[in-house]
Parts: sequence; C-alpha cells; structure tokens
Amino acid sequence: MSTDSIIQIQKLTKVFGGVTAVFELDCTISRGELLGIIGPNGSGKTTLVNLMTGFVKPTSGKILCNGQNITRMAAHKIIQLGIARTFQMVRPFYQLPAFKNMIIPLYSPRVKKMLGGRYGDRDAVALDLLEEVGFERDAFVAYKPAGALPQGYLKRLELAKAIALQPELIILDELFSGLSLAEVASIVPIIEKLRQKGKTIVMIEHRLKELFRIADRVMVLNFGRKIAQGTAEEVMASEEVKNAYLGSER
Amino acid sequence: MKKRKERIDRGIKARSGDIFALSSWREMLYVAGPRMLPLILFLLLPLFLSPYWQRVMISLAVFAMLAISWDLLAQSGMISLGQALFFGMGAYLSGIINHTWGIHPFIAIPLATVFGGLICTLILLPVLRLRGIYFSMFTLILPLMLVRTIEATKVFGGTEGLSGMSPLPSQWLELYLIIIATLSVLFGFRRLMASDYGLVLQGIRDNDRSVTNAGINIYWFKAQALFLSSAVGAFAGAYMTHVYMFVGMPVFALDYSIMPIASAVVGGVGSFAGAMLGATILVPLSELLRGIGGLRIVLYGLCLVIFIVAIPEGIFHYLQRKYQQVERWVDVDR
Repeated sequence: MSTDSIIQIQKLTKVFGGVTAVFELDCTISRGELLGIIGPNGSGKTTLVNLMTGFVKPTSGKILCNGQNITRMAAHKIIQLGIARTFQMVRPFYQLPAFKNMIIPLYSPRVKKMLGGRYGDRDAVALDLLEEVGFERDAFVAYKPAGALPQGYLKRLELAKAIALQPELIILDELFSGLSLAEVASIVPIIEKLRQKGKTIVMIEHRLKELFRIADRVMVLNFGRKIAQGTAEEVMASEEVKNAYLGSER
Repeated sequence: MKKRKERIDRGIKARSGDIFALSSWREMLYVAGPRMLPLILFLLLPLFLSPYWQRVMISLAVFAMLAISWDLLAQSGMISLGQALFFGMGAYLSGIINHTWGIHPFIAIPLATVFGGLICTLILLPVLRLRGIYFSMFTLILPLMLVRTIEATKVFGGTEGLSGMSPLPSQWLELYLIIIATLSVLFGFRRLMASDYGLVLQGIRDNDRSVTNAGINIYWFKAQALFLSSAVGAFAGAYMTHVYMFVGMPVFALDYSIMPIASAVVGGVGSFAGAMLGATILVPLSELLRGIGGLRIVLYGLCLVIFIVAIPEGIFHYLQRKYQQVERWVDVDR
C-alpha cells in the first residue's frame, strides 16, 4: 500500500433495508492518481461516492482522509477538507444564471479562507472558472439561467462547481454520460489539466473506452464487492469482470 | 402565417442595467422611479388620511411586514403556514415584558423582537431538516397548539389576555415608526437576497444537496433565515401589542398566517416588493368591503381568486415586465 494515500477505506459496508449496496470494501486512493471505478448498474459505485462524501452514513467500516477519520462526519465538513464531487444527475440552481451558480461554491468557508473576496469580487472568479471548462465568454452562455442550458453545459457547470472548491480530490460521478463524443473529447483536456496541477481524481464511468485512455488504475465493483483492480488491460482480462458485464454461461 | 409573441428589453432597461451606463436624468429616473414610488407613497399618504384610515395604514404595514418575512422563508425553500407563531410570540413577549415589569415599549419591542426570533428559531430548529409540505404542516400546527395551551393552562391571562399595555408616545410616531420599519425591511431584504449570502439561500431553495456539496452547512443558513424572518414577524406582533394596548389569544389566529401568504401570492413571490404590493391591495380592500356585511368574506375571496387566476405570476412581476420589456407579435419562421 502506498504511504502517500489521500483516502483509505477499510471494510466499508452499507446496507439499505435488505439490500447490501457496498460490502466490506477495502480501497486506497493514492495522491495524484486517476482512479476509475466501473461496474454494472446497481453495483454500488454511486453509493460508494455518497459514503465517501458523507451524504450517506455507512453501516460499518471506516473511511480515513489524510489519516483523519471522516466516517461519520457531516457532508459539508468532509467537503471542506478538500473532497469535491459532481452528481450523476446534474444539480444546478435552475433559476440562477450559470455564473451565479458558481458563487455558491465560491462562498463556501474553504474557498473564502483561501481566496478571500467580497460580494461582487466573486463574479469575475466565477466567469474565469466557467471559461476554463468551456463556457465561451463571447457567447454569453455564462449569463443564461442554468435551466435554459443544454446537458453538455450543465455537466461542465457541475465540473466547474467542483473545481471552484479548490479540492485535493475530485470525484466525478458519470461525468461523461449523456454527452456526445465531441463533448467528451472537449472535457478530457480539462481533466488532464487538473491532473497536471496534482489533483487526485476518481472517475465513475460507463464510457469505458474514454475512461481507459486516461485512468492510471481501474477498480471494478459488482454487487458492492471489489472484483478486480489494476490497469485497464489487467482488469479487462479478468474472467470475473467479463461475467459481471456480460453474464456467465453457467 | 403563425405568429408568436416576442418580449424584448426596452433600450433604456439595457442601457441602465449597469450602474456605469447611467448617463442622463431620464435613465436615473427610470432606475430610481420604481424604488422611490413606495417610499413617497407610504411617507406622504398618511398626511392626507383620516384617523380611521391611518389605523388601516398601521395594519397594512404590519401585514406587509409579515408577508415580507414569509417571502424570505419561501425564497430560502421553507414554505411557512404559521407566520402567526412569529407574530403571536412577539406580541405576547412584549406584552408580558411591559405588563409584568412596566418596561417602556421602546425597550420592550426590541427585546421581544430579538427573543421572539430566537425562541421561534429554537422551536423550529428540530424540523429544519424537513422539506416541503412536512415543514409547512409543522409550522401550521404550532400556533394552534400554543393558543390551546394558553386557553387550557390560563397562563398570561388565559382567554382574557393581558390588557393595559403602555401605548406608544404619539399617534404620528406610532404610524411612522411602523411604516419606516416596514420600508427598511423591504429594501434591506431585497439587498440581502441580491448579495452572495442571499444567493446561498436561493441555492438552498433550488437544490439543497448541491449547496451541501459546496461545503456549506445548509442548516446553519436556514436557521439564520428563520431567525431573520421570525424576528421581523415578532417585531410586527410586539408593535401591535402596544398599538392595541392588549394582547390575547387572537394574535395566534389563522389570519396572521394566511393573510401574509395571500398578499405574497397576489403581489408575486420572490421579490419582497410583490409581498408589499399585495398587502397594500388586500388590507384596504378588506376594509372597504367591511360596509357590505355578511357577504364580505365571500366577496373578498372572490377578489383573491380573480387576482390569482388573472395574474398567476403576481401583480408585481406583471408590472415589472411591462416596465422593462416591450412585447410584439412576430412571424414564426418556417
């Protein structure tokens, strides 16, 4: 196990009623890596993210962030430690213009401490961040209400909101789903730029081809258990992974 | 040829949208006019009114305040059906402080405002996690529970209430204090909601999990909004105690919960000005209908229905649109 890990998950279990969503999962995320998490529908990927960010409390097990126990910490406190996430289903503030959406993460205690800034100063920062994720400044998309934006922009807005928190670890929950190939191709450089800045990234994806191109390591979940991990080739060679995705012929 | 309606911002609106673009008296007046209108109206009108309508003005200001405080909660994603709780809490607190210790209203009212706000916030703190109708139901039940508690235990004068409160020093002061307070709350809250802090509150209404995801403790922010709203409601209640020189069970009546909502809905939710406008229409209307007798409430209800069906967005938003945009019919392409 790497000594410089950002997240350590130990025997994490979550039971919803009678359904075990995550079962005795062990996992370590090293600083600076890009970890892909894949698995069939209902395999517990999003639950794992919810557990890591405190939106859902585990039944048993332990999560450490930089050695600090965050297992039962409130979600907003975990996020202030430097873990940001995007939601699979985008969650913008529909009635606010896109750049005003950005003010809310910029107003969080973590960013206020790092950047300072008063009412009004944040607008410029928000517009810069949006430009970084591909909101063209000349087209005034940033000024449109989030409710009027197409899916591609909403996904980028979601990413920009996560970046605005200046996190150490960014968890992207199915960022690519619902996007065209061209849109995915335009987001990949943004992710690569984040890696160059030394951010740790966890990506949950169904778009395997795109994921495998950028991931250092891939972890496969099925029925809440880890069934394989390693490089993309290693994982895809595994018999168990093939069965999970395609069904076994038993 | 099919036609569709198109709305375009007036040139003057676009030019005066940014403070740096203001270049002529006309543009300055365009921006300042709608803001000056309520100020001038509420400050000058009482000078020309009979004593009876001056009393109506006080009650108008009080309901406007309650409607504005309701609107603040609504904009933060909390639909309250119990503004009467805030109103009654302030009314009883100021009444008790003044009745028991003989403290001057000018001290009793601020005390009742702050402590009324605190108590209401503490009572509602456990249900802040509830959303939507669940939160609303709780706020609806609370004032009804309190009123029955007072009736059954006979505390604070029981059904008789407390009377003989000190009045405010003069008639004119009585009228202008509440008007100035209401206008301050109106413009103060409008400014607050336009700030980054207000954006967080609106974010909680739109999507509370997304706000949590920004590392912000939504319950802390909701509690603050609740305190602001209930303190304003408590102020209105405390003030009325000294206007009537009486406080009793009617302060928890459903009127004080429903009337603010009706005002805000008729005027337009989400701007505070709409709530103010709604109260300005509904309170005098209810007084005008007083001469009619038995059918008063029916006619009043009919007026409400007409307003809501004809202008569902609210009168304020309708006027605002007419003021800022021109409409025209254009051919549909294709």
